[in-house]
Amino acid sequence: MITKRIIPCLDVKDGRVVKGVNFLGLSDVSSPVELAKAYSELGADELVFYDITASYEGRALFTDILTEAASKIFIPLTVGGGINTLADFDRVLKCGADKVSVNSGAIRNPSLIGEAAKRYGDQCVVISCDVKRVDGEFRVFAKGGREDTGMEAISWIKHCVDMGAGEVVVNSIDTDGVKGGFDIEMLRAVRKTVKVPVIASGGAGSIQHFIDLFKEIPDIDAGLAASVFHFGEIEIRDLKEKLRENGISVRL
Amino acid sequence: MIAIVDYGVGNLFSLSSSLKMIGADCVVTSDECVIRAADKIILPGVGAFEDARAKLSASGLDKVVIEEARRGKALLGICLGMQMLFEKSYEYGEHEGLGLLKGNVVGMQDRLPEELMIPHIGWNSLKIKQSHPIFKYVNEGDYVYFVHSYYAEGCEDSLLATTEYGREITAAVANGNITGTQFHPEKSGEVGLGILRAFAEWECKI
Repeated sequence: MITKRIIPCLDVKDGRVVKGVNFLGLSDVSSPVELAKAYSELGADELVFYDITASYEGRALFTDILTEAASKIFIPLTVGGGINTLADFDRVLKCGADKVSVNSGAIRNPSLIGEAAKRYGDQCVVISCDVKRVDGEFRVFAKGGREDTGMEAISWIKHCVDMGAGEVVVNSIDTDGVKGGFDIEMLRAVRKTVKVPVIASGGAGSIQHFIDLFKEIPDIDAGLAASVFHFGEIEIRDLKEKLRENGISVRL
Repeated sequence: MIAIVDYGVGNLFSLSSSLKMIGADCVVTSDECVIRAADKIILPGVGAFEDARAKLSASGLDKVVIEEARRGKALLGICLGMQMLFEKSYEYGEHEGLGLLKGNVVGMQDRLPEELMIPHIGWNSLKIKQSHPIFKYVNEGDYVYFVHSYYAEGCEDSLLATTEYGREITAAVANGNITGTQFHPEKSGEVGLGILRAFAEWECKI
């Protein structure tokens, strides 16, 4: 039986993990490779490396880290951040990424998803969308959640999937950082609109929130989080054991 | 020495890294002589069948793989590389495979229950159908990582393992020296590394 995936996300800036890390048993807690290895050993099903550097040097450092991670960690790796062109896809895929997550790049360049899916396959292209409620509708936000694009999110996501995106990450700005649970209403709206895997992001604060997510929306595919894992507030193995106790299928 | 066939499709970095991790001697190559001299061959592949098949033909390596496999050399096809071992694929049309294994590749669309997502992405468990040296370290129910929208059917006696996704889907095949996995062993953690280790250790005598 297909299992629900638990995905830690590592935001990397200038070669270090940001968002703060307080992880027991690691000598260098902000080393992306060390942290990624620890997550893999604890049972993470997949890892996301998010490049939040803007500089050329930072970008080169990021690809070095990715290469090192991909030579030591043998679970799927998704890369996002700063993906605007096919050349960006090429750059990270060559370093060992399996999937590439596009966010603002798809808004700026509407043909990017289609071209990437054609060249690398649908399975390789992930549309990641920052969504916030504005005037009673779900809106797509760009630039790391700072800019309202005015576009309605559900139809935008559907459009991206029609263009060839093989997976969707929905990050609710409304619940992100609040640690009050995932945005069930928003996720449900996306889930019933597309027929590709949907990954929930934004709002996880406790193990119960993951249980609620998979119970409330049984066909959601994965839960993604960052700081709750980095700070050791939720231990991945513990989380998966609790999910299993609650009848949710996980890889243990 | 294991030759990983490089015909311009997909990312071979993880695969070669995973083989290095288990201490297997391997080379990523598009050189016919190197492939012929190798003890074992891995045929990787991602993306669309037609495109990959065309690239393999254009490289001339399809004939090399077929000849070496028929000569009894151990061969492992991974994902699309496995799908190419079969007679035909019906991915966007009808395309000839390498014809090394009996069976055809068909789409999940219209063959799976409506509520299931396509592609089949994620970790799913193995149901073992028969024993084989490449499954030496695999246990019933072990999880491996899949990413695909098409699958092989009609594999008959070569069916090695299946996985449950709305129906039983071919997960691994083997007929003598010719083997293949629909899932990605290089992305399947310890279980996947175990399969690669078993392939590397396999004393394949046909």
